[in-house]
Order: sequence, then structure tokens, then C-alpha cells
Amino acid sequence: MGLFNTLPTFQRGIHPGDFKDLTRHLPIERMPFSAELTIPLSQHLGAPSKPRVKVGDTVQRGQLIAEPGGFVSIGQHAPVTGTVTAIEPRPHPTGRMVESIIIATDPFSPQTFYNEHPMDWEALSPRELISLIQHGGFVGLGGAAFPTHVKLSVPEGKHARFLIVNGVECEPYLTSDHRVMLEEYDDLFYGIRILQKILDVRQVYIGVENNKEDAIEVLRNHVPDDMACEVIALETKYPQGAEKMLIEAVLHREVPSGKLPIDVEVVVNNSGTITGIGHMFRFGQPLIERVVTVTGPGIKRPANVRVPIGTPLTELLNFCGGITDDTRQILFGGPMMGAPQARLDVPILKGTSGILCLTENEINVREEYPCIRCLRCVDVCPVGLNPSRLGALAKSRDYEHMLDFHVMDCVECGSCSYICPSNIPLVQRFRVAKGLLREQQARNKAS
Amino acid sequence: MLILTALGALGGLTVVLALLLIIAYKKLQVKEDPRIDIVEEMLPHANCGACGYPGCRPFAEALVREEALPGKCTVSSDEGRQQIAAFLGVDVGASEKQVARLACGGGINVARNRARYQGLQSCEAASLVSGGGKECFWGCLGLGDCVDACDFDAIKLNAFHLPVINEDKCTACGDCVVACPKDLLSLHPVSHRLWINCKNLEAGDEILEECKVACTACGRCAMDAPDQMIVMKENLPVIDYRNYQDTTKPMERCPTGAIVYLHPQKGKITGPKARPVIRTSARTDAPT
Repeated sequence: MGLFNTLPTFQRGIHPGDFKDLTRHLPIERMPFSAELTIPLSQHLGAPSKPRVKVGDTVQRGQLIAEPGGFVSIGQHAPVTGTVTAIEPRPHPTGRMVESIIIATDPFSPQTFYNEHPMDWEALSPRELISLIQHGGFVGLGGAAFPTHVKLSVPEGKHARFLIVNGVECEPYLTSDHRVMLEEYDDLFYGIRILQKILDVRQVYIGVENNKEDAIEVLRNHVPDDMACEVIALETKYPQGAEKMLIEAVLHREVPSGKLPIDVEVVVNNSGTITGIGHMFRFGQPLIERVVTVTGPGIKRPANVRVPIGTPLTELLNFCGGITDDTRQILFGGPMMGAPQARLDVPILKGTSGILCLTENEINVREEYPCIRCLRCVDVCPVGLNPSRLGALAKSRDYEHMLDFHVMDCVECGSCSYICPSNIPLVQRFRVAKGLLREQQARNKAS
Repeated sequence: MLILTALGALGGLTVVLALLLIIAYKKLQVKEDPRIDIVEEMLPHANCGACGYPGCRPFAEALVREEALPGKCTVSSDEGRQQIAAFLGVDVGASEKQVARLACGGGINVARNRARYQGLQSCEAASLVSGGGKECFWGCLGLGDCVDACDFDAIKLNAFHLPVINEDKCTACGDCVVACPKDLLSLHPVSHRLWINCKNLEAGDEILEECKVACTACGRCAMDAPDQMIVMKENLPVIDYRNYQDTTKPMERCPTGAIVYLHPQKGKITGPKARPVIRTSARTDAPT
């Protein structure tokens, strides 16, 4: 590589330390089933699922226990063989009580799957495949938990030309996608074939940051000969895993404000999701477990763990040796966009990519100072907003004026808050503003 | 000589332009109902939007067009509304004075915390992070978004981080109702004195661990209330204000003081069976 030979990436963004060495080399372990699992009916964006079982029913591992409650909704499956003990509101990582199905594990069951047959996907039409993915309960496993089938349903009059597999995993600390790409590449390529058929796409790109060199090499060595698939090594930069940034990095196309990737003929999907889809069509197993990186200085034994959905957080932490005494914060997700948790009895969701335990040293709550107009936030904002101006507007609660400065295009990556030398909680204010503006728009629509 | 020419030219120009302006003023004048200005003068100039119009001027226009009645302005005093009604020769359309009411009694002396929230000091921001630090999912976060939203200085946080609404100053504009992320505030006529001071949807005595004044859904108030004025819905009593009677009977057996009587002078009164809250400082595990 020559001196001026740079890797493709997007404009702006930040370079936080990646801290992935804690779990980068650890193979995925399987976690034993806990005695009770909680499956919230709403662990995705969109309408909650509708339960199909009653209290007292016996369910088998992989059996459908809740149906999609609408188009933007998914099916839910029993992650374990056992008995439904309750259907009631339970604590949820978002801090609300959410209607959940509680399953008590049968300790004597062999835990065989409800359906162990591969699906003959080549005989099915794209529409049937999309329905199978919806009922298989697939959401974006990167963290946002957006139902996958919605992304794959290309609207009338639009056409996808490229499929981008998102293997970027730009959040510091997290290594779950990395390990999945290394260990389960055959499921990944199988899943890509299915998505190619659904979308009628030939060209596939797999975007991987160059801090995962082993994954890049393994994927390059195993690309099937008949697949037009290119593994692209990208410069390590945050937030490259955001859909729009990845499209910019790989194809040099910009998704216009308020539009979707399909408007620039691209569909992006997380590598973990595609691996899961591949696994379902190969072995008949829907999304009932996922790989979670349990990491951070506050955990005694960092690990990449395959966890049944609905496992209580405490059980997972205990499986990883427990937390140290000086742990102060536990996040679902990575340090940049993850959600701090207020209680430990919440379940692991489909969108939980990592559990991060931080100690006093990492949290570092600092005092806020006035904006000095250095505009470093403008230099790093990946969508090209002016966080400094928006921050001033948000502080004076002039939310409607923020619309003129395109606050709704904010991807909430947190780069501005990270870089701000005055420690201004910019992205936090934008999230509040966006929430209030969305509420207001809903009210206006209703009235 | 030169100076006279200049003066003459400018003077002439002044006269011509002045004439133009006079003609334009006469020709292009928009006839506006003079009553609008007078009515606007009578309105409180709060521009709060509680009437449903963007501000006091558009409301005055609507009043003069007789699209709205003066009673819609909740900020004016009774005399003010009557004055406007008399001036316009319309009905007051009087509605009873409304005030904002908070449905939570969980101050830091009685409510427990499950995590310490260190982020942006705003209820809206705290509720985005795992619902805020309070053990009770439904409870007041005590960071004062309603205080900031109030234009009339009617809400203050008390020593236990609970908003207290000054009924005299409250104009029922509804800004605090919108600001509260936990939907704890609502507008009620002042005569609704019996009040359910809790929104916790859980049942049983275990929730007293979370908050000493929570409603345990025992249902005694519903049993004691005359004419089925109170019914239990989703583990909470609901007062049917349509057949409301001004009585303190339903709260007499309440074990926690979750149902209160809002006395105009004495403030919140709990029933005699309610466990007294003697703590005057924050619980050690209270929200910070």
C-alpha cells in the first residue's frame, strides 16, 4: 500500500478508540437456558406483535408464539421449550412496561427445534420469501431493530441495483458482527443469495472496516465463484455503520434528505441479520437467539455469547462472571448510541448487540460550558448539519425553528457531543427535540 | 442662490411625495373593525394559545367576528370576560375556571430510585434514557419541564422535587400538560376537589417499596364512594366527574393517601387512615 493509497470512507465523522481487543479474539460461546424467559411483544420498531398462545400452553423451541400485528411488525418465537406462565406487562429496556410473554423453561426437555427442515427457497416467490422473513421475526440486528422485511419490500416503481452488507460495526467495544462474519460466513453467503433473489439484485458489496482484517480475509477467501460479491475494506471511522454513511463510503452516492436508500437504488442490511436469514432457510430456525458482546472494564469475563432472546440481563452478566464492584453504568449497545439501563431485570432483545459495563473512569460526567464557536461539531457531523446552531436553538427550546436547520435528518450518532470541547450535550438535546417535534406532528395530523 | 435652488427642489419633492402618500393612504386604506383593537386591549396579552388561536390578536378578531366566545380565554379574570362580553353584546360563554392537576405524590421523601440519572437535566431527556431513574415507571421525574413550560409562574418545585401548582396563577393554558413526558398533568375544573394522586398501574402492597404513597389498587375508595362515583380501571381508581359529589368519604379508608382532597386553602389533605409521611428530608435512595 502506497503512502497516498487511502481506503474508501465517508466525509467527516470521528475516530474514537475502538476498545475491541477485549473480545475480538474470543470465539462465540453458547449460553445455557435460564429458568424463565421474557419475550416482549414489542422489541422492534412498529406495531407490537399479537400473542397466539395462552397462559398454560406448552411451547416448543422455535414455535411461533406471536403473529405480526401489522405490516411493520414481526412474528415472535419461543426461544426455549417450556410453558407459558404469564402474558403481562414487564419491564423493558426502554424504561416502560411492555406486554410480554413469559416462558418457564422445561428443564428436562431435549430442546429440539419445532421445525428442523431446510426451506426450499428456490421454489418460492419473492413475496413468499418476504412473508417468511416477517414471520421468522427478523429485525435489523445492528441495534435499531427495524423489521427486515419492510426494507426488502421495494415499493412499486423503484428498483434496487445494489445490496450492501453492513459488516462495519463502527461502535467501539462491540465485536458480535465481527465474530459472526468470521465463524458463520457460509450462512452469510446463503442469506445473501436469498436477498439477491428477493430484490432481484446481482451486485453485492460487503463493507467491513479495516480494523477487522481477519474477517475481511476470511470473507474474501470464501466468496462463492458465481456470486458478484466484493468485500470492501473501509477506513475505520465512526459512524460508518449508519446506512447513509455506508452507502456514501461504498458507492459514493448520497441519500437525499428525507429519502431512503432505495431512492438511490441500494438496500443495506446488517451482516448479522443476513446470517440469521441464511441460517433460517438452511435449518428452519427463526430468530430466537443472537450473538451479544458482553464487554467493558466493568465485566469480569468479557465474551461473545449466543444468547436466547428474552434471557434476563442478570443471568447474562452472571454467565460472564458478574460485574466488578466499581461498575457504574450498564448500556444496551455500544458507548456512542447505546441506552443506559436503570434496572437489571430487563430481557435481552433482538436489537441488543452488546452489553457494555462501564466504571467511573469511563463515564466522566463533565460540566457544560458555553459554546465557543469552534465548529468542530460541524467538521464531524456526518450528515452535514450545524450542531452548534441547533444546540443553541434547542437550549432556548425553539424546536420549530430547528426544523429549518434539518434536525430531522440527524442520525443521533453522537459525534457532535463526543467532539465538543465545551461538553455540551448536543445529541441529547436533539433527541429530545426530535421526540417533541414528532409528537407535535402526530398531534397536528390528528387535529 | 445655489442653496435656494436646492431648498426649492427638495421642498418641492417633499410636497409631491407627501401628496402621493396622502393619496395612497386614502385610496389603499383597509377598513378594519375598530372594535378589534379595543377587544385586544381588554385581553390579557399573554399570547398563550389556550383559546386555540395563535395569539390574543387573532382571538380578538374571532371574537369580533363572533366565531368564539370570551369564555374561551382562560387567562382573563371573570370581570375581564364579562367586560368583553358586554362590549360586544354577546354571551360570556362562561366555563368554570380550570387548573392543571398533577397525578403523582411521589416526592423524593417517599419515592425510591432505581438508578442515578446524570444526564441532561430535563424530564423529557431523562424519560428517553430507560424511563428516568425513578423506580416507579409512571411517577414524576421531578426535573421541572413543567416549571420551564409555564409562562405564568404558576408551577414551582417543592422541597421534594414535586411540582406544586398555584391555582390562582394557573390559567389552564395546557403548556405543562404537553411538556410532561409521563402525562401526569391534566386540566380540571377547580371544583373537582377529590383527586387520585397516583398513576401507578401495578397492584399490591409490594409497590409501597417503590413509593410510600402509591395506590395499591385495594379498591376501598371505589366501595365507599356514593353512587359508584369511583370505579377501578387497570388497577387505578377513576373518578367519574360527571356525577361528582364534593365528599371526602371515599378517601377515609385509603391506606396510603393516594386519593386526596385538594382543599383551596389547606392544600392536599389525605384520609385519616393514610400512613403519615413524617420524613422531612430525601430518602437515601431517592432520585437526585
